[in-house]
Amino acid sequence: MATSYNAKDEDGHITVSGPSGGTLRSKKPENTAFKQQRLPAWQPILTAGTVLPAFFIIGLIFIPIGIGLYVTSNNIKEFEIDYTGVDMSSPCFNCSQSFSWNSTRPCTCTIPFYLDQPYESNVFMYYGLSNFYQNHRRYVKSRDDNQLNGDPESLKGPSKECEPYAKHDNKPIAPCGAIANSMFNDTLELFYNDPNGTKIQIPLNKTGIAWWTDKHVKFRNPEGNNHNLTAVFQGTTKPVNWRRPVYELDDDPENNGFINEDFIVWMRTAALPTFRKLYRIIPRKSSMVPTLPSGNYTLEVVYNYPVRSFEGRKRMILSTISWMGGKNPFLGIAYMTVGSVCFFLGVVLLIIHHKYGNRNNSADISN
Amino acid sequence: MARRSADAGMDKAPKVKRQRKKKTKENKTRTVHANILYDYAKGEENPNRHYANNKIKTTKYTVLSFLPKNLFEQFHRFANVYFVFIALLNFVPVVNAFQPELALAPVVFILSVTAIKDLWEDYRRHRSDKEINHMDCLVYSRAERRYVEKYWKEVRVGDFIRLRCNEILPADVLLLSSSDPDRLCHIETATLDGETNLKQRQVVRSFFDLDCDFDPLKYNSVIECEKPNNDLNRFRGYIIHRRGRRDALYKENLLLRGCTIRNTEEAVGIVIYAGHETKAMLNNNGPRYKRSKLERQMNVDVFWCVIILLVMCLFAAVGHGLWMFQYGDKRPVFDVLSPEGTNLSPIMSAIYLFLTLIIVFQVLIPISLFVSIEIVKICQVYFIHQDMDLYDEETDSHLQCRALNITEDLGQMQYIFSDKTGTLTENKMVFRRCTVAGVEYSHDANARRLAMYQEMDSEEEECTSHGGTLPRRDSVTSHQSARVVLRSQSTKSHRRTGSRAEAKRASILSKHTAFSSPMEKDITPDPQLLDKVNECSSQMDFMRFHSQPMSQLPSDLSDTIDFFIALTICNTVVVSSPNQPRHKVRMRFELKSPVKTIEDFIKRFTPSRLTSGSNSSSSSSLITNRSSNKGCSSILSSPSAESTLTKLHEEQASGNPEHAFSPVPPSYDGKPCWNLEDGELRYEAESPDEAALVYAARAYKCSLVGRLPDQVTVELPHLGKLSFELLHTLGFDSTRKRMSVVVKHPLTDQITVYTKGADSVIMDLIKPPDTGTSKGKRLKKIVCRTQNYLNLYAADGLRTLCIAKKILSKEEYACWLQRHLEAETAIQGREELLFESALRLETNLHLLGATGIEDRLQDGVPETIASLRKAGLQIWVLTGDKQETAVNIAYACKLLDPEEEILTLNADSQEACALLLEESLHYIQAKFLCSSADQAAKAFHANFAPFEIYSSSSLSSPPSSSHAAPFSVHRLGLVIDGRTLAYALDKSLEDKFLAVARSCRSVLCCRSTPLQKSMVVKLVRNKLKVMTLAIGDGANDVSMIQVADVGVGISGQEGMQAVMASDFALPRFRYLQKLLLVHGHWCYSRLANMILYFFYKNAMFVALIFWYQFYCGFSGSAMIDQWYLIFFNLMFSAFSQLITGTLDKDVSAETLQQLPQLYVNGQNSEEYKPYMFWMNMIDAFYQSLVCFFIPYFAYADSDVDLFTWGTPITTLTLFTILLHLGIETKTWTWMNWLSVSFSIALFFTVALCYNSSCPTCYSPSNPYWTMQRLLQEPLFYLLCVITPVAALLPRYFYRACQGTLCPSPVQIGRQLDKLPADIRTNILSLSRVKVGSPLSPKPPFLTANKPSTKGCDKKDQRSIAGFKASQAKQGPVVQRDEAKGQKKPARLTDTEKQPSDIYTLVPSEIDTLPYTKDAPPPSGEPQLPSAKDSEYLNKTLEPSDLSLSSWITSTPALTQTDSVQLNLPPDGGVRYMRNSEETLKSEHTVDPAHRTERETQEALHTTL
Repeated sequence: MATSYNAKDEDGHITVSGPSGGTLRSKKPENTAFKQQRLPAWQPILTAGTVLPAFFIIGLIFIPIGIGLYVTSNNIKEFEIDYTGVDMSSPCFNCSQSFSWNSTRPCTCTIPFYLDQPYESNVFMYYGLSNFYQNHRRYVKSRDDNQLNGDPESLKGPSKECEPYAKHDNKPIAPCGAIANSMFNDTLELFYNDPNGTKIQIPLNKTGIAWWTDKHVKFRNPEGNNHNLTAVFQGTTKPVNWRRPVYELDDDPENNGFINEDFIVWMRTAALPTFRKLYRIIPRKSSMVPTLPSGNYTLEVVYNYPVRSFEGRKRMILSTISWMGGKNPFLGIAYMTVGSVCFFLGVVLLIIHHKYGNRNNSADISN
Repeated sequence: MARRSADAGMDKAPKVKRQRKKKTKENKTRTVHANILYDYAKGEENPNRHYANNKIKTTKYTVLSFLPKNLFEQFHRFANVYFVFIALLNFVPVVNAFQPELALAPVVFILSVTAIKDLWEDYRRHRSDKEINHMDCLVYSRAERRYVEKYWKEVRVGDFIRLRCNEILPADVLLLSSSDPDRLCHIETATLDGETNLKQRQVVRSFFDLDCDFDPLKYNSVIECEKPNNDLNRFRGYIIHRRGRRDALYKENLLLRGCTIRNTEEAVGIVIYAGHETKAMLNNNGPRYKRSKLERQMNVDVFWCVIILLVMCLFAAVGHGLWMFQYGDKRPVFDVLSPEGTNLSPIMSAIYLFLTLIIVFQVLIPISLFVSIEIVKICQVYFIHQDMDLYDEETDSHLQCRALNITEDLGQMQYIFSDKTGTLTENKMVFRRCTVAGVEYSHDANARRLAMYQEMDSEEEECTSHGGTLPRRDSVTSHQSARVVLRSQSTKSHRRTGSRAEAKRASILSKHTAFSSPMEKDITPDPQLLDKVNECSSQMDFMRFHSQPMSQLPSDLSDTIDFFIALTICNTVVVSSPNQPRHKVRMRFELKSPVKTIEDFIKRFTPSRLTSGSNSSSSSSLITNRSSNKGCSSILSSPSAESTLTKLHEEQASGNPEHAFSPVPPSYDGKPCWNLEDGELRYEAESPDEAALVYAARAYKCSLVGRLPDQVTVELPHLGKLSFELLHTLGFDSTRKRMSVVVKHPLTDQITVYTKGADSVIMDLIKPPDTGTSKGKRLKKIVCRTQNYLNLYAADGLRTLCIAKKILSKEEYACWLQRHLEAETAIQGREELLFESALRLETNLHLLGATGIEDRLQDGVPETIASLRKAGLQIWVLTGDKQETAVNIAYACKLLDPEEEILTLNADSQEACALLLEESLHYIQAKFLCSSADQAAKAFHANFAPFEIYSSSSLSSPPSSSHAAPFSVHRLGLVIDGRTLAYALDKSLEDKFLAVARSCRSVLCCRSTPLQKSMVVKLVRNKLKVMTLAIGDGANDVSMIQVADVGVGISGQEGMQAVMASDFALPRFRYLQKLLLVHGHWCYSRLANMILYFFYKNAMFVALIFWYQFYCGFSGSAMIDQWYLIFFNLMFSAFSQLITGTLDKDVSAETLQQLPQLYVNGQNSEEYKPYMFWMNMIDAFYQSLVCFFIPYFAYADSDVDLFTWGTPITTLTLFTILLHLGIETKTWTWMNWLSVSFSIALFFTVALCYNSSCPTCYSPSNPYWTMQRLLQEPLFYLLCVITPVAALLPRYFYRACQGTLCPSPVQIGRQLDKLPADIRTNILSLSRVKVGSPLSPKPPFLTANKPSTKGCDKKDQRSIAGFKASQAKQGPVVQRDEAKGQKKPARLTDTEKQPSDIYTLVPSEIDTLPYTKDAPPPSGEPQLPSAKDSEYLNKTLEPSDLSLSSWITSTPALTQTDSVQLNLPPDGGVRYMRNSEETLKSEHTVDPAHRTERETQEALHTTL
């Protein structure tokens, strides 16, 4: 656009259209709204008077939303128990002291707890880790998605992203990379201590805890339908820190190998250093009976996962969920706060408008 | 066929040229042989082969070289290198942050966008080249023995070219032959320098005398000339003929490429320079690149961004080191070893991390900023270019932006340096009035006619179609007026119908003949003078008929006729006929040259008159001297006598002797006699003054009908065509300031010298009258009166010229001729000798009269200046004109205010200048120091009057406005002349000069040279650190234009040189107003806001990642997917900001023009101050904190994964950023809505596609199905609602409060915009007094505190002069001047006293006191008690009362003529009177908004 005249000026031959040059074309610009910059436009002017309705409206909308969210969040029941075993008194103290990645002897500890409220509907059982930087840059990268997707090439030759957890003893590591290598491997079991003394193991669903797309699209065992995973993973080795190879993660062939849901959940790296991951789902039995009645429970932990070295914590969380997810009062409070602040600012603007806005008689004149 | 072969040869040529370049380098000259000699020879033998051919190629690239060359050029930009470096850093595995290929994407994108732009530009150049290369011209072909058509590009050095009339020259050609009998060729150089007048070129002397046509085959000479250079006015060389004879070649022999042949049927030449070696091409340097102030400021902040980036990286790196360190030897599982399995020490990983973070945070340095700014600027230029208001229909030209990257500078100007002639004025000289033999002819009708033009322009602007009604004129009394109305009517209808074609045609016609617009041509004669001319000529006719000696004619009558003869012939005007505009009218009776030799003289002036004319040549200048060795023809008769005789008979046959004596001559009825005879002749003049005078004479039926080198033919009423033998022409030069012609008067047979020149010189050369006789007394009186009228003319801003004559006796002439011929033939110091010879001739002149020519102000100049000044711009006028003229023009265009005091600095030595400056400073300090606070406050109120309506009672009046005047500008004008300026610009004095000048409201530098102009601009620019704009139209302004921050050229009549050097080219001065006030303001505010927004956006985005570092062990991890991270700037958030940056209008164009004060916004860089960058940064950090921590807490301790958490953050950041832009956007057009929706839609589309495209790609984020899942979660939406609201709350609240509590002027302007049009007009009109004529659509602004008013009714503009005088008298300036005059050493007094001349221009003693230049100004006068002043003033005005009525209309440039302008010496308290009057006025106009107006007015009262 702008360069058209350059080109002409540069060689000084504007005269081409001179008397001998034939038709004359007027250079008159077109009178269009766009070219004359007269496009119809909305011109908001930010003054107290014009803005304060917005503040009030925001306030009036946000405060109820906030209250609603807050109530919803408060209705969610959540129980959390730290079983790291830092304190001497903790049942898992011994396990935590003696444990390292290399030990083979499982250490078990039992933690009793009491639920004072019955948990209705599905109860979600999480394990939570603190101070665990799953979001570390090099950690996040340390995986091979192609391998996890069942690509045989990558199975035998993991990508260099997995280094230094790509090969062990010259054999490719089956789920390669640091993420897989550091997979959470505690086993948590929940028992209900019936008031009559019996200890009832609570059935825990190990499926349905991962994203459907992860389980069915992203993660796939090599050679898809071959159920003989041992053969499939022939020639690979387990990650260094693992006790069992990847094809022995579960008995259920639909939940074994790369498509083991515990594994999939772990592979979805947490955003923040304190996180929880879904471990099991306690399905609701019937609408009449609460899923977890109030009472005494016992958590039995097979303590495999060392976190003491980095001051980490391990927790077990039981929680119900609502439409907006787990228990988190923050959003409700935030909505209420922002709403109130808006409302308050609206009042301030109202005062300003009353005191100073009149002088600004443009509004008056236009009225 | 020939073409093809030539093509083949052409391709070789450049290569050869390149090889030979080194060889030929040693040669200082170029040798040109004729090509036809080598036509049959092989290319290798042609001696011309290494010269560039005529094919031009202005493109930068070829297909092959484009990529490397373009990349190389782009890497000159530091930013590009930086980004490439960062992208390459990504390939280093230890530090890489992104996929290396991906990181390259933005850089590649930016580079390719720029490359495509360059490619496109280059393609356009290529196309225009092609068009030019394929133009046709006639080249002699030896094979066909005739001229054949060839393309321009096939023309080679050494070719013979035949050129026909109106053809454009394809190359630089040496003129060898011309069809013109004088062996001349006329060219128009409009494309080269824009000058539309004709220039003469001569055939090379050796080919001068060819009787027959030039035959290329016979040509056998060699030309040696200098190497190609770009000096248009230089060409040296010689031509070597076969016999070894050498003839010198001058620039007069060279026809330059791009010029057009005019007036010459055919010319033949040999190509000397072709293609890129032509002077036209060498003069072409491409567009200029300047860095705008805003960009400089931006670069500082880019630098700060780098610092912030480094600090952030350093902080994170240290954090990472510490984080690593706290784990000690126990490496946590999540701290992955390096790929080699080695354990990195904390320090090493900190260093690596530092580099990684530089990559991650690179977005902080906005890679797309530079390219976005470029795009926005191109769009801005496009819009400026498209503005209809900047389009001039008459010349079919519109504003050209030649520098593409300083549009925003237009909004930040502080000083304007303007040329006067052609810039403020039209450079259309219009004959206004004259005095002949001491009698003044005021030319009222002419004045009215001119006023009509003025009116018409304004009417046209109003666009109210009155149908065919006559303009209301009450005083249509005389025939003339009727005719004028008629004429203007026709012109008007032509303008009204306004069809482009017609305007175009008019412009073409006027292009063909310079200085011939109807306004310049159609002069309405003064009836009295016309009577006199008629009477005189008829008497002469009668006397001739009765063979009475002409000397018996009454002296006033003979003076009158002589006056007109002088006007007609004392010039160098060439006559051409209307049908073929550029073909000279040939009325060749004989071929006779000016007297060249004594023999010649004797021959001619012996009674026998058996003379033989010598060669045919024209000598129009003093210096030209030609050896006349060959006579071509001779005619043995005296045709002039013959012709007069024939005329005589004709007259007798047709004319009725009594008729001639009738009081009302027949030619009165509006049918000019020249129309009957030969249609309308066109006059080609070298300067507009000359044309004006010739046209003026024609109005009195004394028309120039032909000019030959040796004779001038004039048609006089009753006398018919008379031929004056032209004996000598002593051309104009700036030292003599006059020109003379020596002619032989056909009627009296006397040798007469007519001299025309500046009054200052002519008056000194007048023969001192012998006071003894009555005749002498009368002469003295005439001189005296003429001088008085001259002063009046000058006071009125007219250019004055004196006309004088001298009759030489044959003996005197012979005596002079002797020495003149000696001088002409002298070898050494010829020029000085000729000069002296001229001086000898021009003495003891007899004064005939004087003329006043008006250089009309361009339309709207006073208004433009007033409004620019209101906009806070300091306007300095730098002109080469003399002081009086300049001062008067300055008054006329409202640059100087009559109420202003004027400091005039005239010194003739360094010390005197120092002293003057010192005193001026003291004076200013003494006068204004005490009252400065008061003054400043007053000025403030005045300047912001419209704003006071709103914010007067606010506690905090906008502090910004006090910035408007960083130093106090007083109501003072400074006038300085060139000589003093030279002293003042000396290193030792420049500071003082600046101190004085900056405290003056307007500065006028007269008689300044181009160099001085540029020095002044440079001085102000460098010392005051302000933004300067220089505007000019001529070659003398080029240096100034180049020095200033923004150079503006007026593409007017004077030429294209200024335009070529400028950054912007305007058709008219008044467009400057819209360019600066509207486009400048817009460009500035748009770009400033866009840049700030860019910084904000990037900082905000990067800060998100920075906060995240605290939660990922400072590991350089990012929760935002790298794709989003990289394309966020480039795609998702780019469009809407580009649209806003291009289209946003903070205030409408109308308001901006009506409230020029809003311009201060840009001058003070209100939109982008350094603190704003930091405020924006702080806001960005706040917003990023909100955008980070709301999702953080919302997802705290949940099972969210890294990118499922990061995607909402990206999304809501996008929302926040777009909404932020929304807050900052002032006007929402559909484009804005579209762009915002497009940005959001684009993000979601891209995200959804990206998240569903590949389950295994895009490591490490692998965001498969993330977005889809998020869209199902209510939490996502809840977050997207609350976060932007919370983030933008402070800004929104701040904006609202600011808009109410302390709105900036711009915001008030916007509020005004919102009002309905009529109310807005009312409010705006309160800020000014309506002084314009009712027809003028835009009454000029008056500053509200103008302490004028109340007044002597009907005292029009004329009174200003008187008023000025009276004020000056009571004002301390003159007293000071007086005092100074006494104090100063005697040598100073002469120049010292000139300043008071200005004040004494009102001729109080018109009839009594003889005024001569050297006479000291009446010194007693200023000391008159001021109480008597008004009385005195009235008295002084009386003498000029006779012309008072004419004065009313005589200054058409001033629109106030129709309304009453009220003036009173300033005293306190008048302001209220004005206001009350205004109220009265508003009561007259019954309008609905009346009430509000009153109210606001009351508010105004209280504020004042």
